[in-house]
Amino acid sequence: MEKVLDFINVSKHYMDFSLKNVTFSLERGYIMGFIGPNGAGKSTTIKLMMNLIKKDSGQIKIFGLDCEKNNIAIKERIGFVYDENLFYGELTVQEMKDFIRPFYKKWDESLFARYIKEFNLPLKKKIKHLSKGMKMKFSLAIALSHHAELLIMDEPTSGLDPVIRNELLDALQFLLQDENKSVFFSTHITSDLEKVADFITIINQGEILLSKTKDELLEEYCIVKGRKELLNSNHQKHFIGLKKNKYGFEALAGNKREITKLFGDSVVVEKPSLDDILLFLTRKDEDRVSPH
Amino acid sequence: MNIIVSNSSDDPIYLQIVNQLKQKIINGELSEAEALPSIRSLAKELKISVITTKRAYDELEKEGLIVTVAGKGSYVAPINKEMLRENRMKVVEEKMAEAISTARQVGLSLEELQEMLKLLYEE
Repeated sequence: MEKVLDFINVSKHYMDFSLKNVTFSLERGYIMGFIGPNGAGKSTTIKLMMNLIKKDSGQIKIFGLDCEKNNIAIKERIGFVYDENLFYGELTVQEMKDFIRPFYKKWDESLFARYIKEFNLPLKKKIKHLSKGMKMKFSLAIALSHHAELLIMDEPTSGLDPVIRNELLDALQFLLQDENKSVFFSTHITSDLEKVADFITIINQGEILLSKTKDELLEEYCIVKGRKELLNSNHQKHFIGLKKNKYGFEALAGNKREITKLFGDSVVVEKPSLDDILLFLTRKDEDRVSPH
Repeated sequence: MNIIVSNSSDDPIYLQIVNQLKQKIINGELSEAEALPSIRSLAKELKISVITTKRAYDELEKEGLIVTVAGKGSYVAPINKEMLRENRMKVVEEKMAEAISTARQVGLSLEELQEMLKLLYEE
């Protein structure tokens, strides 16, 4: 399997924040969702990917090429969507497109026209008068019109209503009909990912907590609920996160089969959502059990 | 063809697809050599991930129910008709066993049960 995106032991240190030995990779033809709480290091990781900041150590490869040495060649093959508006507000959609177009060798005018039509974008309208959803769709149309092989998106769904988010997911799935395309996107709206993502990478406090297929994640992990009397240290080692209240406990466990064997019918075992997994993995209180 | 996946089901989504396609192949709704939707288009239609549909197809291929030709797509495999019949017989047997067990619970005799079966069969 060809890796379109490959982070190997990448570190970046700031005064008050460090990205530590970040390692993960994305295979060609799939969608990876990148999740973590605010300040976990998502944007720093994406900036490194886009070569906007320099890493301290490690290696970043995109399409198998070193990200720093082949910056221009790589950018030709990447589409980038950012959550903030990076365009000139005074220009119209048409003018902005004409401005960006010469930067890309493989710009495809008819493809752009198709996205404009599909997304219902007004060519004559000034960008500052577009709604947030429209701006995101314009961003996406630009990112997709030069036959990018890898789409990188930083929080593309933040602040958007479910209807627009759904349109975005549709566009991504349409893009993925071509098995040469890949998508990497960060988000904190996990329900979007729960539908379409192939791989999930979770980051917290500058470290990658896990990176695997969404299906594995949702099948292996489970939420366990039961009476507090059932808890003992032997059991607790199976839990990744544990919450106790007056009337019982709730925990996340990484091995559903073992839990069923251990507790049988004495507890309730539920399918977790990505939100559950994220919350338990990144909780900071004293009941937190370290991951094994 | 209809494929319905449920997020609230206990079965993982790939398994729901495997079971539904399997059923369609066994009951003849999908016939031998018929083309299946591509992995990617099925994922898009059902709004699920590509890896999930890929896993479902891999599973069906492992069980010999479909074949995948690289660059062309997946097709319903030539199936051993005898085996298929046997499979279906097994289903009938299971259902009958279930009926018998229920009949015993309410105290039906073999004769009464046979009579009931005869009536239903000739209906």
